[in-house]
Amino acid sequence: MQTTAAEKIFVKGNEAVAMAAIEAGCRCYFGYPITPQSDIPEYLSRELPGRGGEFIQAESEIGAINMLLGASAAGTRAMTSSSGPGISLKQEGISYMAGSELPGVIVDIMRAGPGLGGIDASQADYWQATRGGGHGGYRIIVLAPASVQEMYDLTMLAFDLSDIYRMPAMVLADSVVGQMKESVTPNPRPQVALPAKEWVVRGRSEGEPQNVVKSLYLGDGEMEAFHWKMQARYQELADNECRWEEAQTSDAELIVTAFGSTARIAKTAVAMAREAGMKVGLMRPITLFPFPRKTFASLSERCKLFLDIELSTGQMIDDVRLSVARDADVAFYGRPPGAGSLPTPEELFEQIKKNYRVRPEQSRI
Amino acid sequence: MKQVFTRPESLKNVATHFCPGCHHGSVHRLVAEALDEFGIRSQTIGVASVGCSVFLYGYFDIDVIEAPHGRAPAVATGAKRARPDRIVFTYQGDGDLAAIGMSEIIHSANRGEDITVIFVNNTTYGMTGGQMAPTTLPGQKTSTSPYGRDVSKDGAPFKMAELLSNLDGVAFSARVALNSPRNVLNAKKMIKTAFRYQVEKKGFSFIEALASCPTNWGMNPLDANQRVSDEMIPYFPLGVYKNTAQL
Amino acid sequence: MRYDVFFAGYGGQGVLLAGNLLSYAAIHEGKNVSFFPAYGVEKRGGAAMCTVVFADGDTGSPVVGNPSVSVLLNQLSFDKYSVKVKQGGVCIVNSSLVETDGVELPGVEVVLVPMNQIALDMGDVRMVNMVACGAYMEKSGALKSASLEAALKKALPERNHKLIPANVKAMEAGARAVRG
Ligand SMILES: Cc1ncc(C[n+]2csc(CCOP(=O)(O)OP(=O)(O)O)c2C)c(N)n1
Ligand code: SF4
Ligand SMILES: [Mg+2]
Repeated sequence: MQTTAAEKIFVKGNEAVAMAAIEAGCRCYFGYPITPQSDIPEYLSRELPGRGGEFIQAESEIGAINMLLGASAAGTRAMTSSSGPGISLKQEGISYMAGSELPGVIVDIMRAGPGLGGIDASQADYWQATRGGGHGGYRIIVLAPASVQEMYDLTMLAFDLSDIYRMPAMVLADSVVGQMKESVTPNPRPQVALPAKEWVVRGRSEGEPQNVVKSLYLGDGEMEAFHWKMQARYQELADNECRWEEAQTSDAELIVTAFGSTARIAKTAVAMAREAGMKVGLMRPITLFPFPRKTFASLSERCKLFLDIELSTGQMIDDVRLSVARDADVAFYGRPPGAGSLPTPEELFEQIKKNYRVRPEQSRI
Repeated sequence: MKQVFTRPESLKNVATHFCPGCHHGSVHRLVAEALDEFGIRSQTIGVASVGCSVFLYGYFDIDVIEAPHGRAPAVATGAKRARPDRIVFTYQGDGDLAAIGMSEIIHSANRGEDITVIFVNNTTYGMTGGQMAPTTLPGQKTSTSPYGRDVSKDGAPFKMAELLSNLDGVAFSARVALNSPRNVLNAKKMIKTAFRYQVEKKGFSFIEALASCPTNWGMNPLDANQRVSDEMIPYFPLGVYKNTAQL
Repeated sequence: MRYDVFFAGYGGQGVLLAGNLLSYAAIHEGKNVSFFPAYGVEKRGGAAMCTVVFADGDTGSPVVGNPSVSVLLNQLSFDKYSVKVKQGGVCIVNSSLVETDGVELPGVEVVLVPMNQIALDMGDVRMVNMVACGAYMEKSGALKSASLEAALKKALPERNHKLIPANVKAMEAGARAVRG
């Protein structure tokens, strides 16, 4: 049997992340076991060593993130992954990486929290991921896959964006996409023009500039200049890198918005609503930072009712509210973890019915 | 008829979630018996770690703080300093104590905190499904050491009872096992001694218990017991490594 | 076309393998597939379950509230999940282990298959999941038997490939039982 590159494979979301990392040229992985992401280190402990890569089970997540910092400073594509409690421990390192303008990929397969929480599916780390998470005021790139295919594709994208914009990138997934298996096309690494890493530490020879990777800025105005430079970079990201999926929004009276697996469930609920003759659409942000604010703004010029659905008591809703026009309403339906099950399309359809209203024709000027 | 097997008062009358043949249950029992025998149940605060023993509060009829992964000795330090009149112990697995929590255990021990640490070494991360632990034996295959632990890259297993005994702050350090009736009897004696140190305010006491994890070792309970004697005890010798007060 | 099927039983009945098998068969037919195993709290208590969705296009929600077809292998699953089957849907029941007397499922076609008995007759009760797959294949018409046969090669580890012929027979027996 001949295998072609396009032949579909059937893998778990977590495995797809690990496979994509290898395809993207990740040569160092540092991690620490935690449910529901342990398939990632388990896969890479098997596959990386044979391909000239390094796998280390670190002593802790703090160790792992700082190994990532070191590998990245040395110019290598590297990754770490964890879940809630471990991601919290990584925040110090992420802050240092942001302050040192270092790339690096961090995968967060979210679980319930706070504290030890539980292993139920959750989307309650949205704030932590999109607001920087650590100290000092910074942002990182945050990508939210909704399928196993996207677990694969967005992991590769995370490496590229992270290198291009010189900042950490996070793949923020929930345990549903982490644990489920889907048919996936293992796409080859995209050909992307990447900036030369002139800043890496490499051993300085005579006549070469000294490279220092650091986040301490004590010089007059140095820290301020850093912040304004990063602010401009975040703007550049917002201008060029927003990604989202829109479905049936053009005539929608109500637009459902959700990310990750919740958006998958919502999309089926939207289809049920359409079948029932309701004008309902879906807007799924794929990049959570940069958040597709402009798209929300332009959608809300016409559609005045949004229904935000999350596996939490409401976090992304802040960004939705900040993005839509003043006269647009944003309703909310939340399913914080612990209910023991996921929302079903039928359940979300009920929420659509509850909120749906058709505006009188004359008010649509 | 004389009743020979009773449930210690410090344990609740509930079924545990431990797998068949898991030694966590045996260690729970011995700790509870020690609390009973010193009559300190109502003065004791347990500090649970994150691992298969996280449900300590479900089995021990005592007050419990659930600490973040690895931080139990720091949490116990806080509790003991706030309430020096209480008996405070931690109960930690090898991943918890010797990987992520290495800093906390070393510093608490070095400060000579008046606490008791029960360390259950089963050479793996039980709760998360059998990954490599800091005590995984050389060559041992786990889900993250699929080719066997490679000492040249992963380091050699930590011998915690020996390591801690080198710290001035440590008053008592011993390693026990639970794979035979004789070893269980001895373990009971050692655990009692460890608590006696605290009751008599004689300093930091540490017990390392070699334990089985049949589930993640892929063995039945009997073979797992055999592995403790064939592979673990030769690498982690049983004995008392420090006993400053000669209790 | 979009198909969805829900499998439930107790751990050891091979429910997850059945789901994997259907998934591979659907991939073999060029479909997109989503396989969602029970997760977290639902997994406790020794229950095993999974949802498989396959479609030519988008698979949509991996979670299905009211499945079109449910294959329920033990009493507990039947008691809990038979009521969730969609109106006009099918509930395939392992009648060797499930008592359905007195249960009304209006608008749902209940198909009784003595799966354990059939598997035993085929020589090994562990093939109950294969019987279930055969019954599903026959009843739903969603997948070809050749695809399931091809799927066995992918779903089973190499060392178990010698069992494929027996498994195929068990599937055929499951299908026959539905045909009546
Ligand atoms: C910060 C953090 N990282 C990882 C985990 C996941 N985790 C839960 S238990 C555990 C290890 C358990 O192993 P061990 O301490 O040896 O205890 P055992 O289950 O073997 O008794 C890990 C890594 C966590 N809860 N918190
Ligand atoms: S997984 Fe191992 S340590 Fe945990 S309860 Fe089971 S046997 Fe004990
Ligand atoms: Mg352990």
